[in-house]
Amino acid sequence: MLMQSEHTSPQADDFDPEAGRASPWRLVWRKFRKHKLAVAGAIVMLFAYFVVAFAEILAPGSPSAVDERHTYAPPQLVQVDLSWDNGVQLYVNGFRTERDPETFEQIHTIDPRQRVPITFFARGDSYHMWGLIPWDRHLIGSADPAQKVYFLGTDRAGRDVFSRIIHGARVSLSIGLIGVAVSFVLGLFFGGISGYYSGVPDTIIQRIIEFLMAIPTLPLWLALSAAVPSDWGPLMRYFAITTILSVIGWTGLARVVRGRFLSLREEDFVVAARLDGCGRGRIIFRHMVPSMSSHVIASLTMAVPGMILAETALSFLGLGLQSPAVSWGVLLQEAQNIRAVETAPWLLIPGVAVLVTVLAMNFVGDGLRDSADPYKQ
Amino acid sequence: MTTPLASREDTALLETRGLTKHFPIRRGLLGRTVGQVRAVDGVDLRIRSGRTVALVGESGCGKSTLGRCLLRVYEPTSGEIRYHRPDGGVVDLAALGERALKPYRSEIRLIFQDPFASLNPRMTLLQIVGEPLRVNLGLSAAETEERVADLLRRVGLRPEYLHRYPNAFSGGQRQRVGIARALALAPRLVVADEAVSALDVSIRAQILNLLKDIQEESDLTYLFISHDLGVVEYMADEVSVMYVGRVVETGDTDDLYGRPLHPYTEALLSAVPDPDPSRRRRERIVLKGEVADPSRIPAGCPFHPRCFYAEDRCRTEIPALREIRPGRTAACHFAGELDLKGVEES
Repeated sequence: MLMQSEHTSPQADDFDPEAGRASPWRLVWRKFRKHKLAVAGAIVMLFAYFVVAFAEILAPGSPSAVDERHTYAPPQLVQVDLSWDNGVQLYVNGFRTERDPETFEQIHTIDPRQRVPITFFARGDSYHMWGLIPWDRHLIGSADPAQKVYFLGTDRAGRDVFSRIIHGARVSLSIGLIGVAVSFVLGLFFGGISGYYSGVPDTIIQRIIEFLMAIPTLPLWLALSAAVPSDWGPLMRYFAITTILSVIGWTGLARVVRGRFLSLREEDFVVAARLDGCGRGRIIFRHMVPSMSSHVIASLTMAVPGMILAETALSFLGLGLQSPAVSWGVLLQEAQNIRAVETAPWLLIPGVAVLVTVLAMNFVGDGLRDSADPYKQ
Repeated sequence: MTTPLASREDTALLETRGLTKHFPIRRGLLGRTVGQVRAVDGVDLRIRSGRTVALVGESGCGKSTLGRCLLRVYEPTSGEIRYHRPDGGVVDLAALGERALKPYRSEIRLIFQDPFASLNPRMTLLQIVGEPLRVNLGLSAAETEERVADLLRRVGLRPEYLHRYPNAFSGGQRQRVGIARALALAPRLVVADEAVSALDVSIRAQILNLLKDIQEESDLTYLFISHDLGVVEYMADEVSVMYVGRVVETGDTDDLYGRPLHPYTEALLSAVPDPDPSRRRRERIVLKGEVADPSRIPAGCPFHPRCFYAEDRCRTEIPALREIRPGRTAACHFAGELDLKGVEES
């Protein structure tokens, strides 16, 4: 008699062998996919990290190559010529360079009659791919290695802005990841202790977090980065900055983790696990952590853009990374004075790069947060 | 007084003596205790082997807290939980440490109220039902799978469901999974905490029958916690009525339903809907006021502000739970003197 019961239940489809077999991560993915903006953000984000990985090839030149004959050169737009007999050709217009008789500044004017042909996998500045493989090909560039082209113009020293943005992505996007990784460890550790044990450890940790959050961040950054010795190399400085960022950044994640632990501890299924005889480790790692992993990932994704912005802000103020290191913040430092922006507005393009990636990451974070709990009714 | 039903010779499985659970109310920066929520206040309960004992009362009367104290989900503030082991020995579960408690965790099991919250959505039925087996018995994967398939069959689910996640199932089916988990370790006592309250009425009867069938098969004892007097009448052999943390009346189900001794029981019974429309409804007793706040229990009999029979004595003197007739106890100064209406035999 019992065997026949509940045949009327509409939810359990006995004829679909796949019903109810989807793992939690598949359900998260299904829900995330419906969030169009988040999917678009994810694509942009993946593209950005693809650029980071292959910066040397994708950049048309070296980020540090100086061209004193072309300072503040305007962007040269890629144009397509279909009229030539030998098929489709890409080219940019060259420019005529004059000197201002009074200030001796270089004045570049685009000359529509000059054509510089563009090819793919052009020969250019030589480099070591990932510091290992020597090569000199670039995805796109001038067909004639002697004739330089600047798709997004040049800066004060005649360095290619486009190449610098691509190389700057490497530092700017990885500083976020490393910083978040450090604050992830700190946040998970302290948040976990706080939420699982509650009581006195919780009180102490929460008061520390409140203290850290009450410190105005900008002056703290300034003070800490002023403390970084100026004779440290760019790499050391980079690590010092990431550490500074994450020492403050872990508090938010710790709060998320603590909140999840506190609410999960009271959940029936966690109580059930306790009654089933599970030890503390099994309860934490088999029942509680999987239930909050997607929330944690979501808040991590939201934390990365914060780190990127922090680095940009610090470097912009001249207290983060400094040239010769290349990051988006360092690039924006070039655009610090009104005159530079007036004569060379393309120096602000790194800001667009920051904007696009940060937006994309925020969308991804939003989407993840919404799909983090696929069982919410 | 501590063993009000001792006149019967049946063996007790579990007895509580003065079981109390107070939740402190903390305020301020330093977390000073400013009061106590007396959720369970000195309960003596006796659960005899092989029987179904029901705990009834309005929500907030402490019946779930009591159930959870028995399982040590909550730490009792004071009192004893005397558990009679199969070998005849008696242990006080309230005094045991977590490690010493472990063997008893498999003998006393809990069925949760909410079939949605009590199953980990990230685990398959095999993992959920198999967990107590693997943790306590250390069974291999193959043995676990076989045992879980068996258990699913016992609760009326197809063994093919093993690798499915709970989200594919209806509330009734999930509750069956919860029952299978409770049965996995062959328990002696199962605490069913509002086990059918969250289910559709149509599914309720199936689950109740399932519980009854299982009891017959494996000689189980149930502590059946419910606010639904209709369900309790169907399930229970004995009933204990609770009001703000105390037991106010106990007795065999039929006798208690037919001839209540406590005015509160009478009021509760008058609210039971009668499914037979041909019989004219008996008069319903509508209690005045709200259930007393367990952090500010009225002086005297906790029920006196709502009681129609209350007299001066009730306002000052706390009535003890005393035996009125053989097998029947009540905590009312006038128990046995009042003429209280029960439910007519159908």
